[in-house]
Amino acid sequence: MPNEVLTGAQAIVRSLELLGVDTIFGLPGGAILPTYDPLMDSKKIRHILVRHEQGAGHAAEGYASASGKLGVCIATSGPGATNLVTAIADAHMDSVPMLAITGQVPSTHIGTDAFQEADIVGITMPITKHSFLVTRAEDIPGVIASAVQIATTGRPGPVLVDVAKDAQNQKAEFIWPPQIDLPGYKPTTKAHGKQIAAAADLILSSKKPVLYIGGGSIRAGAHKELLKIAALTGAPAVTTLMARGALPDTHPQNLGMPGMHGTVPAVTALQKSDLLITLGARFDDRVTGDAKSFATGAKVIHIDIDPAEIGKIRHADVPIVGDLKEVLQELNAELEKKTKGKKPDLSQWWEFVDGLKNRYPLGYDWPDDGMLSPQYVIERIGELSGPEAIFAAGVGQHQMWSAQFIKYERPNSWLNSGGAGTMGYSVPAAMGAKVAQPERLVWAIDGDGCFQMTNQELATCTINNIPIKVAVINNSSLGMVRQWQSLFYNGRYSNTDLHTGQDSIMIPDFLKLADAYGCLGIRVTKKEEVDAAIKLAMETNDKPVVIDFVVGKDAMVWPMVPAGLSNDDVQFAKDAAPVWDGDE
Amino acid sequence: MTRHVLSLLVEDKPGLLTRVAGLFARRAFNIESLAVGESEVPGLSRITVVVTVEGLALEQMTKQLNKLINVIKIVELEPDSAVQRDHLLIKVKTDAATRSQVLEAVNLFRARVIDVVADALIIEITGDGAKCQAFIKVLEPFGIRELVQSGVLAMGRGSKSISEKISK
Repeated sequence: MPNEVLTGAQAIVRSLELLGVDTIFGLPGGAILPTYDPLMDSKKIRHILVRHEQGAGHAAEGYASASGKLGVCIATSGPGATNLVTAIADAHMDSVPMLAITGQVPSTHIGTDAFQEADIVGITMPITKHSFLVTRAEDIPGVIASAVQIATTGRPGPVLVDVAKDAQNQKAEFIWPPQIDLPGYKPTTKAHGKQIAAAADLILSSKKPVLYIGGGSIRAGAHKELLKIAALTGAPAVTTLMARGALPDTHPQNLGMPGMHGTVPAVTALQKSDLLITLGARFDDRVTGDAKSFATGAKVIHIDIDPAEIGKIRHADVPIVGDLKEVLQELNAELEKKTKGKKPDLSQWWEFVDGLKNRYPLGYDWPDDGMLSPQYVIERIGELSGPEAIFAAGVGQHQMWSAQFIKYERPNSWLNSGGAGTMGYSVPAAMGAKVAQPERLVWAIDGDGCFQMTNQELATCTINNIPIKVAVINNSSLGMVRQWQSLFYNGRYSNTDLHTGQDSIMIPDFLKLADAYGCLGIRVTKKEEVDAAIKLAMETNDKPVVIDFVVGKDAMVWPMVPAGLSNDDVQFAKDAAPVWDGDE
Repeated sequence: MTRHVLSLLVEDKPGLLTRVAGLFARRAFNIESLAVGESEVPGLSRITVVVTVEGLALEQMTKQLNKLINVIKIVELEPDSAVQRDHLLIKVKTDAATRSQVLEAVNLFRARVIDVVADALIIEITGDGAKCQAFIKVLEPFGIRELVQSGVLAMGRGSKSISEKISK
């Protein structure tokens, strides 16, 4: 049978269908119009029309992060494409498997400064895993299949496919499956046996090991293997901001989040450790503080799918390149063989760590001004919603409190912008997550600053029946910036007052805004109203819900390691450093 | 800090040079010289990069380059197991009085004159970096009008090829 002849546009849609894509977030424009025509007829792909392309990008991220599948977004050339840039950069930093398709001006016009022309391949080169410019229809199936393979394998990441308008309009034979020709792309997934044995030996000779669990463990789907290595080693574990939920928070060995706003036990266990068993983590500066003084007495086992992460910040004594799930299976088998069911004796180490846990638990004080405590609100959202819910945060104080005070019991339940720190991530990411997992309760926990960057997607949510719940932790300011101004700029609050909260003109009024977007709006100012509002939101599923939690602006995120300082300088409250017994 | 010569076998795709150069810029690696051209395999190009970095940075640079999808292979060419050549074109001012001195230098350095006009010569010279620099020094007093350099070209000694075991 001769091959079917399709337009390039039809080939894009058909290729995506054949690759199992069921959802695309996007917004059409001139250079991508040809592709939107066959998209309208697709029975397999649901296209969700966003209100801003950045929303499409973050929605694709939320979809991917909640489900572990590829997220897809689409935009037109020029400004449509550049509006995706922030989300692409975000996906790159957090290793989110994402395909971004953009229209491009006709190949005959490329380079002429044509209307809505932008060199999006050039612009996104440093923030994509790879990118393609397609100028011929016959190349489309191969490029789309290659792009998906690159985005979803190895260390996942965003791939951009820029398709010239004439390539969308031309006809070509549609050949499937296409030949994928990527001679320079061979991710290493399987570890060297010698390295596995060396890692096991190091683990079993360690007196003070810590499992340093990063976001790679979630991308690799390695949570079962994590439970196993935790059981085999008996070692304390920390879960980074990107790894919250990779190991359940109720797991007795889990010390919580390390880093700038990590728990004292997590920060200190790393700092005093003699062996960091590094699992899909990358020694980010938010975790290490001053890298030179980070865990100076520790040897390092570093397991990562990306060889460039190994040795980038910290020397690895046992470097292992491979897929974390596969590597851990081998390492666990090796540990089982070597321990023969006997756990290493870490009782002295645990005595120290338990001491930290008892003396420096996470906590917060009720604000002096009598205002609602933001930590309490977030804690209650977590408790009432339970571990099956999904929580997508914006960036700032509310993000840190969400990472600290919600208990995560499963991977892919915590979504946030970790590496890039993109304000505005929350609402569209929650939207994408709700589309991926419609049966789950999905919260966007947002700040009043973040919320004003991307809340236009509430229209998308209402119209497309995507009933997310938005909790605006409204402290009337750019809270984290304000916290730094309080601590490091003598309380000089330069341009951080947003006038959205208590004792302000409240512009915008988030209740009116919710109403305008067809959402249920609720305002909460008192502690006794918190539970009822959360429950009402959880019961309301015919429309999105926005709760305006009007909280105090002086609450701060603690513990904190000030930027650039050593993790030895962790403070659990303002001007309060832990006291060491010198018994470690 | 030491000098390293890296040889890259890459797919000849649009934007390839931008990806490589952009990576160096973005990760703050300094390039001393860069030379690009077709290789013996159709569709593959060869890039020779010279960098002066410390060992850890070199490892990181190589790993980051390897992450580029279009980069197929990277080898470091050690000075004693590889040949390295620069190719220079130099336009020197000459007159009746100085021409013979310049020609003498050309002969001494085994360079070649490739264009002659009344008041200038274009000279080409091939050799390792030190020789070429010495030649430039000798010519400087006569007045160098223009100087063009190829960047270092390098190849491992022996019969092996960088493109062996590349399925293409």
